[in-house]
Amino acid sequence: MKAGLYFVDGGVACAEGAIYAGCRFFAGYPITPATSIVEQMALRLPQVKGYFVQMEDELASMAAIIGASWSGGKTMTATSGPGFSLMQENLGYAYLTETPVVVVDAQRSGPSTGQATMPGQQDVMQARYGTHGDIAPIAFSPWSVQEMFDFTIHAFNYAEKFRTPTLVMADGEICYMREPLTIPKPGAFPVLNRKRFTKSHPRPEEIFLRYEMPRFGDGHNLLVTGSAHRPNGVRDYTPTFHRATIEWIFKKSQQAGQALYEEKLDLEVSYLDSAESIVVSFGAAARPAYHAVQTAQKNGVNVGFVRLKTLWPFPEAHLRALLKDIQRIFVVEMNMGMMVHEVARIACQADVISIPKVAGEVHDAKEILKAVMEADAA
Amino acid sequence: MNKSENNLGKPQEYYRERYLRNLPTAFCAGCGNGTILNCFVRAVDDLIKDKQLQHQNILSVSGIGCSAWIPSPHFKGDTLHTTHGRAIAFATGAKIMNPKLQVTVFTGDGDGAAIGGNHLIHAARRNIPMTVILVNNLNYGMTGGQSAPTTPLHVQTSTYPKHPETPFDLSQLMLGAGASYVARWTTYYVNEIVATLKEAMIHPGFSFIEIISQCPTYAAQFLTEFQTGLTPEEQEQFRRQPGAWMLKALKGKKTGVTNGHPRYQITLQEKPIDLGVFKQEKRPTLIDYLQELWNNKGDA
Repeated sequence: MKAGLYFVDGGVACAEGAIYAGCRFFAGYPITPATSIVEQMALRLPQVKGYFVQMEDELASMAAIIGASWSGGKTMTATSGPGFSLMQENLGYAYLTETPVVVVDAQRSGPSTGQATMPGQQDVMQARYGTHGDIAPIAFSPWSVQEMFDFTIHAFNYAEKFRTPTLVMADGEICYMREPLTIPKPGAFPVLNRKRFTKSHPRPEEIFLRYEMPRFGDGHNLLVTGSAHRPNGVRDYTPTFHRATIEWIFKKSQQAGQALYEEKLDLEVSYLDSAESIVVSFGAAARPAYHAVQTAQKNGVNVGFVRLKTLWPFPEAHLRALLKDIQRIFVVEMNMGMMVHEVARIACQADVISIPKVAGEVHDAKEILKAVMEADAA
Repeated sequence: MNKSENNLGKPQEYYRERYLRNLPTAFCAGCGNGTILNCFVRAVDDLIKDKQLQHQNILSVSGIGCSAWIPSPHFKGDTLHTTHGRAIAFATGAKIMNPKLQVTVFTGDGDGAAIGGNHLIHAARRNIPMTVILVNNLNYGMTGGQSAPTTPLHVQTSTYPKHPETPFDLSQLMLGAGASYVARWTTYYVNEIVATLKEAMIHPGFSFIEIISQCPTYAAQFLTEFQTGLTPEEQEQFRRQPGAWMLKALKGKKTGVTNGHPRYQITLQEKPIDLGVFKQEKRPTLIDYLQELWNNKGDA
């Protein structure tokens, strides 16, 4: 869609962000609540000489976008919880082979089929630990239709810059919701492209442990494998080589964490001045949480607000500094309490209070407010 | 191009110097995988010499299992060694994003027909241009001789004392799924494999070649279980060279000609198995359709 102001749902915004970022290959499988992303990509990709392919399942979707990325394309898939579970093995393949791809998970209420059409935030730990083996993900958490657009572009930028898969951990609520969306003019929003793989590199024969992404068909005789490998791609189980690969994956995530902090993409804060307690939230849950904080402030309760924009890498250092003199931390999320464990890990002396919500419902701002006020009175 | 000299002092070219690397392979002595790699290289070389294929456009994709190690890390070209069963799905993405690539998938009966069976049938149905070489060694070799979807009925494997399932006829499956090129050979028919591969690799659509191959380590014993009256000399021959022994069983009788190729029939376990080129047709591919949409500006 051309630059301008639109009134669309989060799924459309996500797809438009992908097109804006230069995504030209999308493989997907129908699943609610990711359907509007998939359908918008199916409509839009042919218009920009891109490819939309509907695959036989989510394992194939994930595999196809990795293959297409090695053929030089910016690639994406979108799914929901059950599909995200099926993608985990091939997602691990993408981490190990340092393949830039974007995966959008429009989370819904699980486990299993659960409440198929209703929102949840229960996949946040699957994003972190879902695949077997050690990986270090980059996962964004949009809370508005505009952020579905913006964060999808950021996800592509981080995938390309760090040669790694990136995740947009959206949820059903944000996908269904309609809000104003501003699409900027081409070039107004920064779009990064992958670094070209050239032989003028200190390690010209090596295709791994570097940021430049090679491409099939260029005569490099690439050896890409999901087995442990030497930097030139030859399968090799020697501990030294595999340790170097895993450490490199973690190093990139650390660098990404620093870049996210510098770009102010890790978290945002409100009402933090002299706050004694803080509400931490993210995604759709952050909307009623923020409303509750505003109301508490009007009632003279000095409670601050932190919204995580990226879940992984967990913005640990930044958050630890913010929480230094805080007495109470409320963590509002649409699950039985997942990110609360990460917050508790760095919470110093503060009491950490989980405000969970399951069964496909978004929190009511009143229940968050009640919990905050009661704690304040006690 | 590397050149050596032969014993007459003339330059001699070796396939291995042009097309192979990281040798020797890890295959068991007598394994059919080396033969298949050899056939692949000869087909590729012929196609390159005929200017029907460019070396840099060759992409070999494989999954997990012995067959996956045929191209990776041995074929000197782009290779994508993927997860178990998913090679065809990875290859689908790579091919669509760059249709210039000539994509060959190396898979096995476990990788391609058990865990990856769904991708196999749907790739055939979509007619996505790629060549699938399915190495059917009648068992799971890499993990130690377990039952596979193609294991003959009632043989002993490491997971069943008497394998209870009827084997899958994969070429029939592919015909049913709509593959536009279907052939089956055994590793005995090397010239036929090369000739068929050359056709398949430039076939505009999905091509499937099943190659029944000997697994001397685990599957050779299947065939002897049904052969009674072996002389002590023959038993000793089998013990010493199970691969060669099995290869004898993979040689059949000529039964005719189809699609310009001879037909043969082998008999495994009293059951006749047809070899030959079963189908060769042209129909629009998925990539044709996807690129047509560009002209419609997505209104289709």
